[in-house]
Amino acid sequence: MNPGYFASQLLQTLLAVFLAPLMLGWVNQCRAWLQNKSGPGVLQPYRVILKLFSKDAVLAHNASWLFRFAPYTVFGCMVLAASIVPILATDLPFSPAADVIALVGLFALARVFMALAAMDVGTAFGSLGARREMLVASLAEPALLMVFFTPALISQSTALTTIVETLAHRELTLYPSLAFAAVAFVMLLLAENARIPVDNPSTHLELTMIHEALILEYSARHLALLEWAHALKLMTYTSIGIALFLPWGIAPAGQWVMMPLSVLVFLVKLLLGGAALAVLETVSAKMRIFRVPEFLGMAFLLAVLGMLTRLLLGSAG
Amino acid sequence: MTLPLSHQIINLMACLLLLIAFAMVSQRRILRLIYLFALQGLVLSINTAVVALATHQPHLYFSAGLTLGLKVVALPWLLHRLIDRLNIRWDIETLLNIPTTMLVGIVVVIIAFNLALPISQLAGTITRSSLGIAMASVLLSFLMMITRRKAVPQVIGFLAMENGLFFAATSATYGMPMVVELGIALDVLVGTFIFGIFFFQIRETFDSLDIHHLEKLKEKA
Repeated sequence: MNPGYFASQLLQTLLAVFLAPLMLGWVNQCRAWLQNKSGPGVLQPYRVILKLFSKDAVLAHNASWLFRFAPYTVFGCMVLAASIVPILATDLPFSPAADVIALVGLFALARVFMALAAMDVGTAFGSLGARREMLVASLAEPALLMVFFTPALISQSTALTTIVETLAHRELTLYPSLAFAAVAFVMLLLAENARIPVDNPSTHLELTMIHEALILEYSARHLALLEWAHALKLMTYTSIGIALFLPWGIAPAGQWVMMPLSVLVFLVKLLLGGAALAVLETVSAKMRIFRVPEFLGMAFLLAVLGMLTRLLLGSAG
Repeated sequence: MTLPLSHQIINLMACLLLLIAFAMVSQRRILRLIYLFALQGLVLSINTAVVALATHQPHLYFSAGLTLGLKVVALPWLLHRLIDRLNIRWDIETLLNIPTTMLVGIVVVIIAFNLALPISQLAGTITRSSLGIAMASVLLSFLMMITRRKAVPQVIGFLAMENGLFFAATSATYGMPMVVELGIALDVLVGTFIFGIFFFQIRETFDSLDIHHLEKLKEKA
């Protein structure tokens, strides 16, 4: 077995895990700039995580093993998800093990543990957050699968690495169906990562919060892991978006010379993607929670339309 | 296998038309609806020009220009004037169940695609694959007319349906003869004028633009 094979996997996973807080910090910093604030700096998420790790954990008296176990599960799921997505190169030892459907399953697993842990202590906010999270998830998950099916149809495979290989290393073609899928994916990214039109990450207002309500009972290292997992999820989603819709610059199999270049290209894409996310969040207003099904219904519709146009237009779609 | 660029652009424009049709079905504000209508006209005009370029049919340039003048400039301007006069610029259609309408919309699109598939397999034009999308946008405009209660969105739905028909003609047979096209353009323009007069009459009689009031006009048996 080629040692470089594992080196690329290791490099990519470590890059995703340790860059994730930076990405979150960059999005928040951009948003602060756009709102004419000075902002906490791009390193703030690292400071928060470090501070939380050095504190003593406080647990509720009736917290069960599930409550303590959940942060590790969630973090583990996110690390695994981040290692499946081809960020730098397309030959990854992990990728034959899991395709896009398994990826959606990983996100679902993390979410179920989060919701169960939130209900475990029995506070009102925890169950409220869990219910809202499940409402959003039950609508977002089928839409996410539909988004993945369009590129999967184009490349005749559900493995992410094959999809990226097909899309990145062929003649430039306009795929209208991928445009539909891309718009739907951006809407889902906002919903799944608790960003602005669906949830506000910077507030603890009980009427509106979803994600913050789930992790309200956590402290210290548990909270640090959950915050980190949250940042990692945003990172993973952004890299899925990059891999599916802007795959140029990802190194093809077996070309180690391309690696430094692909790291550079990836960082640039991440910077631009984060800035675009901040712009999107600044220009849109938080939705009422009962409008969220409408928003996600639109995402589902766009994803289905993408698939339908792919089927209708055939090789041109 | 890759297609020539013009073919790709035509497909892209067709998909944009479908997207705009869905956006119109789900749009509650009248002002946005008019913007969307103008955008639809613009996409249609670009599409016609690209088809003209790809197939070397000079008469299609005229219809592209006609579409641009009529559907992007004249009709939206007329509609703007109308909603200003009627003082409904900021009107919002409240009774509209968008998720259900969207699901019906998806079903409509599937029906249209299935209907168009055998036809487009027989056709030899480069635009044949967009016939299904043209039919879908006609049916979606129809759906929009059915679900609306106010008069102005219904008329916009009617005009959007005409856009869809025009697109269907372009994709099936590279456009209609010039005389027919000019006739339709004039019809649409005059139709909008007449609708404008109707709006004022409806409002004068019922103090509202809700067309459900028209049901009262039935004679009692």
